[in-house]
Amino acid sequence: MGLDHVLLSRIQFGFTIAFHIIFPAFTIGLASYLAVLEGLWLATKKAVFRNLYMFWVKVFALAFGMGVVSGVVMSYQIGTNWSVFSDKVGSVIGPLLGYEVLTAFFLEASFLGIMLFGWKKVGPRLHFVATLFVAIGTLISAFWIVSANSWMQTPTGFAVEDGRFVAVDWLQVIFNPSFPTRFVHMVIAAYLTTAMVVLGAAGLAAVLGRGSDEARTMRRMAVGLVAILAPAQLLVGHESGRIAHEHQPTKVAAMEGWWETGRQPTILIGWPDDAAEKTHVLLQTPKGFGGWVVTGRADDVLKGLKAWPREDRPPTVLPFWGFRIMVGMGLLMILMGWWGAVLWLRGALDRTRLFHWAALFSGPAGFIAVITGWICAEVGRQPYLVFGQLRTIDGASPVAAGAVSASLLLFVVVYAIVFSAGALYIGRLLVRGPGQAEDVEAATQPPGNPLAMPIGGEGAPPPRPQTPATE
Amino acid sequence: MSLDLPLLWAVVIAAAVFMYVLLDGFDLGVGALFPFASDEERDVMTASIAPVWDGNETWLVLGGGGLLAAFPLAYAILMPALYIPIFLMLGALILRGVAFEFRAHGRRRGRRFWTGAFTVGSVTAMAAQGFVLGAFVQGVRIEGRAFAGGPLDWLTPFTVLTAIALPLGYTLLGAAWLIAKTEGELQAKARTWTVRLTVAVAVAMAMVSIATLAVNPAVSARWGVSMAAVDLARLAPLSPAPLFGALALAALFITARKAGTHFAPYLWATGVFLSGYAGLALSIFPDAVPYGVDIWQAAAHDNALVLLGVGVAIMLPLILGYTAYVYWVFRGKASVEHGYH
Repeated sequence: MGLDHVLLSRIQFGFTIAFHIIFPAFTIGLASYLAVLEGLWLATKKAVFRNLYMFWVKVFALAFGMGVVSGVVMSYQIGTNWSVFSDKVGSVIGPLLGYEVLTAFFLEASFLGIMLFGWKKVGPRLHFVATLFVAIGTLISAFWIVSANSWMQTPTGFAVEDGRFVAVDWLQVIFNPSFPTRFVHMVIAAYLTTAMVVLGAAGLAAVLGRGSDEARTMRRMAVGLVAILAPAQLLVGHESGRIAHEHQPTKVAAMEGWWETGRQPTILIGWPDDAAEKTHVLLQTPKGFGGWVVTGRADDVLKGLKAWPREDRPPTVLPFWGFRIMVGMGLLMILMGWWGAVLWLRGALDRTRLFHWAALFSGPAGFIAVITGWICAEVGRQPYLVFGQLRTIDGASPVAAGAVSASLLLFVVVYAIVFSAGALYIGRLLVRGPGQAEDVEAATQPPGNPLAMPIGGEGAPPPRPQTPATE
Repeated sequence: MSLDLPLLWAVVIAAAVFMYVLLDGFDLGVGALFPFASDEERDVMTASIAPVWDGNETWLVLGGGGLLAAFPLAYAILMPALYIPIFLMLGALILRGVAFEFRAHGRRRGRRFWTGAFTVGSVTAMAAQGFVLGAFVQGVRIEGRAFAGGPLDWLTPFTVLTAIALPLGYTLLGAAWLIAKTEGELQAKARTWTVRLTVAVAVAMAMVSIATLAVNPAVSARWGVSMAAVDLARLAPLSPAPLFGALALAALFITARKAGTHFAPYLWATGVFLSGYAGLALSIFPDAVPYGVDIWQAAAHDNALVLLGVGVAIMLPLILGYTAYVYWVFRGKASVEHGYH
């Protein structure tokens, strides 16, 4: 027997959305970073900010393009593969997605044109406004999509009429119980993802022996952000887990690998086994610690997965390991942020070689955390599409397994090509690094029209002095 | 007060799809013209669409997202019915979408690959949309609230015809756009392309119209045209749509050949599309899924339509405003120097 169309559709959705999330996770943060850089440049007229802007905007254009095209897929795939879900839930989820298009996508897409190609077509303030609108657009987009997803996790404010969901209270739909925390969690995740890439790029520059004002500025901005946001993320994530436990106890039990009901340990390393209904534990805390982490009370008796019938449980291996990898990446980011902060205070930030290497290798930490975190959230929601209300198996389209296999194969091939090329081009840019002559030249070419930026005029700083080889 | 919300929404979505066709139509069409241009000319052609293509494609997302939001049942029936052409379109749009950026980053081999991918992707996406259009017009087999046909229902001689006709139309938009945005030798080439494509599109539109009447008794009854007889009483009130199309084609043919015109050919090309689109709407209305589910049956719950309606009333004027602003910023002839690469 081959794979059925439901499983194939799940694999396809998982694959395409995991590919897609890489780019928003990066561009939400990068758009804000670019807005900050351009704002700083306008305020201080220091060339280093402009050079950084010119460099990162290229990376942004590549990543944003891949995010756009892989996102278009999403707005159709819900119908092609999950048509029953669309029919049943369209009146609730549809408007949220509609608002995402109306309030975010057009804003981003339109002002992206000015941001990328309007450098000499509009004045510096208008250009900054364009960058700002793109950054705001990415955040609005995250607002709606996380709201829609959170409603599927913790549905409220609806009624079911003739088997179809209708909203009763839109505010309860949009601001469903898990939404506010998950939105903050996602935005911080995006900022951290970008900051780790920026820190990694600064590390790469140092490792390649290309110390520059730009690399040093990048490093300081990234360390400052990570040192504050990474620990904050731990607290937000903890709150998110507490809410999940309240509304989706099966998800948290799967993440923790709890099967029996009782006072729970926190399992650090182990392997959950759905068939045997137990977790093979390698390392765990004493009982009670798990309850203390989740609810704040060590003596709480918390349900294990066996408390629910088999057909109501999510699969455990992916949530369990997804959660551990995500938390591991989070701890790594805290370490990098605080280590960097200490080095900075001691004035050793730019000459600690080990830190540069560590920054380089932890560059992808944010991506890994985002993907594993979402795997945890989505697989943990199973066996439901809308938690407790609509089962995944009841939401799929009446399409042939052969057709789904074909589309899945198409995506694997196309994304393999696009991802390899995109990674190659972004990699080349990162190796080349910021502050190169051609960026500076691109920004300071003779203006094409009277509104062009007043670069090289009274505001321009003197040429950058050669820096000693401290890195 | 009773407002016919589904009708209002049908107009909004039809308008969004039409905006998509007019805007992404020309940038897809430019991709199809790539093989007929030199490499330097391709850079100018890319520069003429690079700042706006992303916004153009967003209308497609509004079409899909809006259909889910306002007519979930139509979305739920049509998407599985059009499964293969939809994915063909999505895959193709991915390849050509990244090609904008990747072409600029590739070295020799990479650049050649992405130049090819831009053309192949654009043409495939256009053809896939042609299949979607044809499959929509020929009708979808429905049982209960779901698509009940097979995975290859969309592939018939009629849809093959629309899959040839629509790309010709988009390419015509692209060629006319290039008359507006380029100068010199490239503009002269664009005029030649436009003139030839105008003839091809005139033939294709006539063939699709006849085939539509032949394939669908319901449509031919509505227009009062059949093999046996023509019912002028039915045809006359609907005839402005095809007549305007003929006028637009003639005007397009003339303005494209006349030196010194810039935007006129593109505007007449949109007129051609307007006529075809109106003809389609007159044939299908009020069905959301031909031929069986109308817009009132397919509509979402009223409170969803109201909530979205508020959003559209506020946001759509803003969107149209700043879209126009962006086009205004990049007005005039395209040049390759304004990029950030």
